Amino acid sequence: MIRTCELKKSFGTNHVLRGINITISPHEVVVIIGPSGSGKSTLLRCLNLLEEPTSGKVFFRGQCITDPHVNVNEVRREMGMVFQRFNLFPHMTVIDNITLGPMKVRGASPEKAKQIGLDLLKKVGIAEKENSYPSELSGGQQQRVAIARALAMKPMAMLFDEVTSALDPEMIGEVLDVIEKLAEEGMTMVIVTHEMGFAREVGDRILFIDEGLIVEEGPPEQVLAKPRNPRTQAFLSKVL
Amino acid sequence: MTLDFSIIPGIIPALLLGTRLTVELAVIAVAIGLAIGSFVGIGRVGSRRIVRTITGIYVDFIRGTPLLVQLFLVYFGLPQLIGRPVPPFTAAIAAMGINSGAYVAEIVRAGIQSIDKGQMEAARSIGLTSPQAMRYIIFPQAFRRIIPPLGNEFIAMLKDSSLVSVIALEELLRKGQVIITRTFRPFEIYMVVALIYLIMTLIISRLVAWSEKRLKVVD
Repeated sequence: MIRTCELKKSFGTNHVLRGINITISPHEVVVIIGPSGSGKSTLLRCLNLLEEPTSGKVFFRGQCITDPHVNVNEVRREMGMVFQRFNLFPHMTVIDNITLGPMKVRGASPEKAKQIGLDLLKKVGIAEKENSYPSELSGGQQQRVAIARALAMKPMAMLFDEVTSALDPEMIGEVLDVIEKLAEEGMTMVIVTHEMGFAREVGDRILFIDEGLIVEEGPPEQVLAKPRNPRTQAFLSKVL
Repeated sequence: MTLDFSIIPGIIPALLLGTRLTVELAVIAVAIGLAIGSFVGIGRVGSRRIVRTITGIYVDFIRGTPLLVQLFLVYFGLPQLIGRPVPPFTAAIAAMGINSGAYVAEIVRAGIQSIDKGQMEAARSIGLTSPQAMRYIIFPQAFRRIIPPLGNEFIAMLKDSSLVSVIALEELLRKGQVIITRTFRPFEIYMVVALIYLIMTLIISRLVAWSEKRLKVVD
């Protein structure tokens, strides 16, 4: 579903990604781990072109989306993204946050969009908050709204960028539960996280990235429990 | 030398007439400024380099030169180019409007840039186009933040409008001067003129403070 080919990204002289080749199959849950500054988030953000790759190619459903002729808006609506800092629209109610995309991008009627929104709020467990403003919600609730907002576009894949890093510890569980539910439903997901327990539970495959390269990849029981690469071992011994 | 304020009641109607023109000038100038400044401010943060350069030159030129010189350029300079005189009122609102446009542009630019860039990313990530993201996400939030500085811009324009007294437009200051030539009471009359400006600016700054407080609650 998503494939990258020699993906590179530099910020000036800072080479953040130095040739990434990954293939993500439909319904697969890929978890990206690695030290801070290793390029995990940048990789994720290159997948939906929030960052423009310096070189290399990104394919989505067989189409090369780094081709300049491709309409990135059409690609992005098929790839939901959830951010570390929620990025809810503070001037809109919860339900308006969710219905904006379906209405303005998909052309859904207000009634249809609202129904989608209410169903999703129920799914993420905060149906009663539809008319609240984001500032009235806890961090965990805000992040669940952000997930609902992304799902409202009925995307084919979801990207999660350290979605629990800005949360108080007691709220992490409620957000991870939602993501797990999505995994069970077969959503294709790419997840950047520091939660190793969660990575093991939800991930079909783990990618360990360091200094802009994939150092090791494989099923969680192998990469997390019996890492082969010394750098993976060093990283895991620090975080586990 | 004694002060004689007994003449004041008699001249108030004339001064209020001037005050009306002052307010008109400031309102029209800021309205024009808002129209120009919205486009220029957006151009300043846009992706087209040529637009950024041109709008940048405009803002730098206007903010780097005195309003009085700009007024003279329009009132005395422009007729030389177009071959006919420019009426004082037209010259005044043109100069003040163009001047205000540059300041409003900076207010708009700062307002847009003050919005967290995660907002734009979130908007684009659900597939909104850049203009849609601006319209539904960035502007509504930026607008709340620019209301207070716009109020301050209005206060500045209200005071700076006194400059157009030099092209014989009978706004508040000029009205005062005309009355002084008749009554020879400069201190009393300039004091009253100053007080009228003060009352207006105090009212507006209170409104600005009030709106600031109200908008904060929503944020």
